[in-house]
Amino acid sequence: MTVGTRARTLYDKLWDSHVVHVAKDGMTLLYIDRHLVHEVTSPQAYEGLKLAGRKPWRVDSIVATADHNTPTRNWDKGIAGIADPVSRLQVETLDHNIKEYGARVYFPFLDKQQGIVHVIGPEQGATLPGMTLVCGDSHTSTHGALGCLAFGIGTSEVEHVLATQCLAMKKTKSLNIVVEGTLGRGITAKDVILAIIGKIGSGGGTGYTIEYTGAAIRALSMEGRMTLCNMSIEAGARAGMVAVDDQTIEYVRGRPLAPKGAMWDRAEAYWRTLVSDTGAKFDRVVTLDARSIQPQVTWGTNPQMVTTIDGKVPDPAQEKDPVQREWITRALRYMDLKPNTPITEIRPDKVFIGACTNSRIEDLRVAAQVVKGRKVAPGIKLAIVVPGSGLVKRQAEKEGLDRIFTAAGFEWREPGCSMCLGMNDDQLSPGERCASTSNRNFEGRQGPGGRTHLVSPAMAAAAAIAGHFVDVRAF
Amino acid sequence: MEKFVPSEGLVAPMDRANVDTDAIIPKQYLKSIKRTGYGPNLFDAWRYLDHGEPGMDHSKRRLNPDFVLNHPRYRGATVLLARENFGCGSSREHAPWALLQYGFQAVIAPSFADIFYSNSLKNGLLLIRLDPKTVDRLFKEADAAAGYRLAVDLDAQTVTTPRGESFGFEIDPFVKHCLLNGLDEIGLTLRHADKIKAFETQHRAEQPWLFQ
Repeated sequence: MTVGTRARTLYDKLWDSHVVHVAKDGMTLLYIDRHLVHEVTSPQAYEGLKLAGRKPWRVDSIVATADHNTPTRNWDKGIAGIADPVSRLQVETLDHNIKEYGARVYFPFLDKQQGIVHVIGPEQGATLPGMTLVCGDSHTSTHGALGCLAFGIGTSEVEHVLATQCLAMKKTKSLNIVVEGTLGRGITAKDVILAIIGKIGSGGGTGYTIEYTGAAIRALSMEGRMTLCNMSIEAGARAGMVAVDDQTIEYVRGRPLAPKGAMWDRAEAYWRTLVSDTGAKFDRVVTLDARSIQPQVTWGTNPQMVTTIDGKVPDPAQEKDPVQREWITRALRYMDLKPNTPITEIRPDKVFIGACTNSRIEDLRVAAQVVKGRKVAPGIKLAIVVPGSGLVKRQAEKEGLDRIFTAAGFEWREPGCSMCLGMNDDQLSPGERCASTSNRNFEGRQGPGGRTHLVSPAMAAAAAIAGHFVDVRAF
Repeated sequence: MEKFVPSEGLVAPMDRANVDTDAIIPKQYLKSIKRTGYGPNLFDAWRYLDHGEPGMDHSKRRLNPDFVLNHPRYRGATVLLARENFGCGSSREHAPWALLQYGFQAVIAPSFADIFYSNSLKNGLLLIRLDPKTVDRLFKEADAAAGYRLAVDLDAQTVTTPRGESFGFEIDPFVKHCLLNGLDEIGLTLRHADKIKAFETQHRAEQPWLFQ
């Protein structure tokens, strides 16, 4: 471990403590502590491993689950509940690979603790402060909420980590996003991260690792910090993180895979050092005032295309740059929106509460509070709640949240990635508009021809009740 | 890593900013457990007028005549010219697989998303960053002349126009070395197996809870 006298950022500390080897040109072999595996990006990696006659370096670093292809209904039918044979084969291939090669823990389809990989990692204590954590999924940035270095990788890198427990990479630049002050009532982590992306752009964090700091970030719950870090990649940054504090420690304590007893005390002492030192230098600093952040709604086909609930759809004619103008024009055509339309006049056809961004218990509590005693508007064809994991689902049922949702007209589903990307049956039909708590509003993301508006769980719930986007604070 | 073959080829201009990986290869094709077969589904939702699913005979589908890659003058293009933040979004390596299997060998843009950049180079798809003004000029030239070609020389790190004008580009020396020689990165890392083991022993002593 390199310990210098120089003031270091949290990112410096996490990086330094995992350096195995540095080549002359700066290319570094970085040791990976935790490898999360799911069914979509792993089959070709296991195949590559097998073809090369290699074995996984350390199977007890692997925690696996099936989440992208799994249905959110018909679990009573077992594996046959995955109607699409191509999806079923992918899920079965993961079963087979884990059986053949092994893992620390595996939560297969239908397991009571199965769920979205980025929900179950922290929930199980598989994600710990100070770790390097990777997964073949760009939303791996979520885990940085616990004060670890977590980032998404491609399938070649999945194979590389399986075979060597390392990645060959160069350190990125560091970006400090400071959110000062106190968030207004009804403003959530989702609004904060959408406002950040609106400010720096979807490529603004490219080449950087983000650390979120400031009073408003400190005040976020751990689950709020996960929402925040989740969408770091939507700002272009592979990794986002929040320093360890009392909340982090209390969140991790007692989790199934967290250390216990004397080992816990030792771990906690180390974890408490995982903060950026006073005077540590970042390559870039961006500051936002928490009080200026309003409820956010995206209007276009990229998370950067976002405005506030009291805002309007922009007019491309006002855009001077021709590439940007063309981009906005194309997005409005795809979204079937006219310039200057007030956001509150946009009426969704479907509402989706779920995804690795917003499917944790606090998200469901906030949404349930909005819909309690109310009914989904007649114009809404479908409103679904998809809990992030089996454990979140059962906790919500214990609190009666499922009954609040179903009484209002929502469907209460089984856990998984679901309509965030529609690899299962949960999709938008062409032309349908969705108020969604997910993280991407790209063309066709939720189904071919589908139109996505990204919002917080509270704003999605309010839109379901009102039949159009509405300021949840006035609800 | 696949070897990058020196390329001189027809240029196709994709004049859109922030092209995401969902557009490059839509989610329904990610259900495959293979590394091959993605070429016909590159830019699927833009390229065809009908909806595609895995297992279809894509040669029988209706092509969108307005989509750039369907224009006869861009048939057989091997160099894709693109705008800023190309490849943003998901970590799916199916995106570079689809571009390569369609026939592209290089993509030129002002900027690329980080994960897409690393995924592409690992598969021998060369991504070239040029400044926005140069990219803009190349767009204009590609638009003005049918059959517009560019020569890409990885060794010299240059892109050369038909008039002989050359633009230099930056690439990490290690990545360049791997691309030129088609080196097996896992094999290279495993040369340091002793160092990895030594690190692991020390790491286990310092943070034993990570190895429970």
